[in-house]
Amino acid sequence: MTTQPIPTNDPNPNVRFLEEVSARTAGVSRLEMCIQCGTCGGSCPPAEDMDHTPRMLFALIRAGMREQALASNTPWICVSCYHCVVRCPQEVHIADVMYTLKSMAIQAKLYKDSTAPDFSQTFVDMVETYGRSYEFGLATRHYLKHFPMRLPSMAPMGLGMLTKKRMDITPKRIEGMDQLNAILERAKTLEVV
Amino acid sequence: MSKYIFYPGCAMETSARAYNESLLAIHDVLGIELEEIRDWNCCGATEYLGINLVPAYALIGRNLALAARQANSSRTVVASCSACYLNLAKADHYMTERPVLSEKVNEALAAGGLSYIPGSLEIRHLLDVIIHDVGLDTVRSKVVKPLKGLRVAPYLGCMVPRPDYKKRWSDAEHPTELDLLLKALGAEVIDFPLKTHCCGGHMTQIGPTTAFELIRRLLQSADQFKADVMATVCPMCQMNVDAYQAETNRHFHTNFKMPILFFTQLMGVAFGVDPIKLGFGREFVKATEAMGRIGIETPAELEPKTQPKRKKPTGLPMPTMPGQTNQEE
Repeated sequence: MTTQPIPTNDPNPNVRFLEEVSARTAGVSRLEMCIQCGTCGGSCPPAEDMDHTPRMLFALIRAGMREQALASNTPWICVSCYHCVVRCPQEVHIADVMYTLKSMAIQAKLYKDSTAPDFSQTFVDMVETYGRSYEFGLATRHYLKHFPMRLPSMAPMGLGMLTKKRMDITPKRIEGMDQLNAILERAKTLEVV
Repeated sequence: MSKYIFYPGCAMETSARAYNESLLAIHDVLGIELEEIRDWNCCGATEYLGINLVPAYALIGRNLALAARQANSSRTVVASCSACYLNLAKADHYMTERPVLSEKVNEALAAGGLSYIPGSLEIRHLLDVIIHDVGLDTVRSKVVKPLKGLRVAPYLGCMVPRPDYKKRWSDAEHPTELDLLLKALGAEVIDFPLKTHCCGGHMTQIGPTTAFELIRRLLQSADQFKADVMATVCPMCQMNVDAYQAETNRHFHTNFKMPILFFTQLMGVAFGVDPIKLGFGREFVKATEAMGRIGIETPAELEPKTQPKRKKPTGLPMPTMPGQTNQEE
């Protein structure tokens, strides 16, 4: 069964939005196969916090409503639980489409709340610096910027993490940092579309 | 001894140290040898995938390439962390499914003198190896202290049973593997309906109220079924349910006290390993009482608090009047 959308020569890029999202997704997304059944939204644990259920979001994409789709908080609320993925009768790679929409929203600067994109970016910064995740640096930077009011209630937990030796104050750096950086620098120049 | 290539992941060295310790304490008993990938890097968790596609897969790709280069007697990579397991499996799967992704990832890897042929490694989770390679009969034969009377809620979370590219599990939403393993240890296993529901993942960091609700559902269900402890296979699940339980309780004005342990800790106890070697005491919600009820003594704290030794046994020098001798000298 084909999963390719019908080619179009329409000059309006929004007409090809569905195709673009699909092409930028890691595997074969099967996004074009969505039959709007709503199984995804009905399976989604945090759906009530989303602007659109996944089904609604896919309808926006299909309608070429680029800005509305990329500004939706839905991909940022998605917890990657894969309930919808295993239930989808059309086997759409829903969670991976959400990752694609996040990266496109960052590129287009269309996200409404910067908490989640900042967290991801800070996490990535740590990984690109040390080759490993660095929770202490990530947590302090993130909480100071986005949740200063949560700090008093978080302090005992943070302290617990340290005394239980579940968090290191100093980061761990891999030996092959130069190699990893060379790989990532090259990767940043590449796209799958 | 069966030999495997091991990808521990960042959490095993920090937040899930108890998982690492208990795994190290039992792998000999199980007859599995774990050879760590040399100089592995972070898998990117769920964060890098949402930022930039090719770098995210290249980051995972470096681990796969290093593992493939190191592989000799075994081509099976075992991951203990759910997110790491899924990322490794996902990269391998999608690079096979979409050749252009493999091409780009390999172009990036080439900048570091590496390459990876998708499909050349077998990516498996630790629980899968214990169930299918070691086998429940072997596990049962190693039990010296059955966990009789301990009511356990088996909790797998999301990323081990789903999306399950290679169809390794009995079911994507209600798999029974962990239940059977815990039963083999002699525990009383509850039929936990939320066994593969989400712990909130990274939402504890970016949308706490969303996460607290997901954590509350798990705690309430485990509590309704009168579980003594939850047993998990995932560092993130353990962290969210354990370290954020107090904040969840504050948010909902509830009073849940549900300890959550790694399944390897319970295996260690049943195999008769000293609980001190199994990372007990690192959990926020203490398992001491629950374990005590079945006659297993576990430390409540990590190590006894001892005052650091002072250089001078007498403490700080005190001022003295002229002509008076300092009693402390």
